[in-house]
Amino acid sequence: MDKPLVADCSALHYHYGSTPALAGIDLALYGGRVTALLGPNGAGKTTLIHLLLGVLPVQQGRIELFGSLRPGRKAAQQRIGVMLQASGVQDNLTVAELLALFASFYPEPDSQIGLLDELELVDLADRRFDRLSGGQKQRVLFALAVIGRPDWLILDEPTTGLDPGARRILWRAIEARRAAGVSILLCTHFMDEAQKLADHVVVLDHGRILEQGSPDAIRRRVPSDRIRLRTSLPAVKLETLPAVQSVRVGEDRTEILSRCGIETVRALLAADDSIEDLEVAGADLETAFLALTDSAQPEQEAA
Amino acid sequence: MNAANPSIQLVRAQWLNLLRTPAYTLPTLLFPVMFYVFFGLVMLRGQSLWLLCTFGTFGVMGAALFSFGVSIATERAQGWLLLLRASPAPVSAVIAGKAFGALLFAIVIVVMMSALAAAFGNVRLETAQWLSLAGILTLGALPFCLMGLALGLWLSPNAAPAVLNLVYLPLGFLSGLWIPSTVFPGWLQSVAEWLPPYHLAALALDVTGTKAADWAHSLTVLGLFGLSFAVMTALGWRRLSGVS
Repeated sequence: MDKPLVADCSALHYHYGSTPALAGIDLALYGGRVTALLGPNGAGKTTLIHLLLGVLPVQQGRIELFGSLRPGRKAAQQRIGVMLQASGVQDNLTVAELLALFASFYPEPDSQIGLLDELELVDLADRRFDRLSGGQKQRVLFALAVIGRPDWLILDEPTTGLDPGARRILWRAIEARRAAGVSILLCTHFMDEAQKLADHVVVLDHGRILEQGSPDAIRRRVPSDRIRLRTSLPAVKLETLPAVQSVRVGEDRTEILSRCGIETVRALLAADDSIEDLEVAGADLETAFLALTDSAQPEQEAA
Repeated sequence: MNAANPSIQLVRAQWLNLLRTPAYTLPTLLFPVMFYVFFGLVMLRGQSLWLLCTFGTFGVMGAALFSFGVSIATERAQGWLLLLRASPAPVSAVIAGKAFGALLFAIVIVVMMSALAAAFGNVRLETAQWLSLAGILTLGALPFCLMGLALGLWLSPNAAPAVLNLVYLPLGFLSGLWIPSTVFPGWLQSVAEWLPPYHLAALALDVTGTKAADWAHSLTVLGLFGLSFAVMTALGWRRLSGVS
């Protein structure tokens, strides 16, 4: 890689009291690309972000930002824009007042009018934050994250709870930053979001990195096929069929994840001649992700 | 004034917060003044000057405790403080903004009470005495600012108003701010002499020529009180970045 490093973490551990949150993270984040950080709740994503931002102290291990800066240093903070999960603002300020406030924190802020326009907030500039809808609030928080023209943008679940329209506006704004060469760390629960936006995917579970690579590589790492069908066979029987990884009985159809679709389908057809609505597809990133985090935690049965 | 200066912007945000929350601002300003009118100007007309000093203390103490305690606890829970700490905002300006707000409240309370005392309580003081009284009470709010800040860092936003009231009202009463401690039974008087508001009121009584105070002793009590909450604030701040 000849791209510069925006963050270099080595042997990073973090404990809340006696509860471990991060258990040895080695992670190099390169500039100019979108890295998606995936993981179930409690995987350590937010802890990692808080350490990178310097709002939690490094207990063990090392983090270097932009080559040589420690997290929390003003020189680092001025190059980072951040949208935190469930982050609040002083909510009796108006959109324009919040933008002016955050613009004052950075040496060369972006145009406030330009941002309002880009995020479709022009008509709301004089409205108080507490009188905005959820989607409007997220767009304002995104505007606050990018007002300082950051080199690195950290987004913790930016589109959670948003309607499709608001989500599209944010995606467009994120893609525009990527096209402009901004490095982005994107924490998300939405696999379509990671698949659409990310160049690199890091899967975190129980404070460890399980896998990392391109979205396609992650998907290939678990060569799963997804079979959907209507069948009279019970789940316990389906689980014994060849190559079957997991079975989920839905209201309408049953879903089977398989390491080899053809092999499983052949056995299915032999065992049940009343099968209907059979559909076989390659697993998407979400499926791959679930398979990865499930296999790391074998004692927990997938729901 | 430079509009792009982050400290000025943060102080401005704090003041807008006060202006836009009249449900908090008006009671904080008007309750102590109302109490003074009732007790100092209607009920005990002969004690108007004494009670100006003690209810003045009561008022500035409340302004300091509540403007820090409740707002810090709320902003902590909202995630606002976290976002500011993650950004290159000068967080000291957030604290300074609140301190200016509390001092502004203190001045407004003292000026309103003094005007009422002069107009309806027949209180007559030299100009220098009026100014000393205002100065003592306003600066005297600072240790209570630290107390509010420390409590705000340790308490949840739901608990903060209740705990602050539980501290504020008994502390004011036991310090002899409502009824002069000179009419307390002996044991209660010695309790009062340990309480910081008692000593702030003592200084106010001294500069208005009402009752001489032991300045070194009173300033020491107020200083130690402020210092102990400064330590609690520092610990609360560390806890914020270590455990939350």
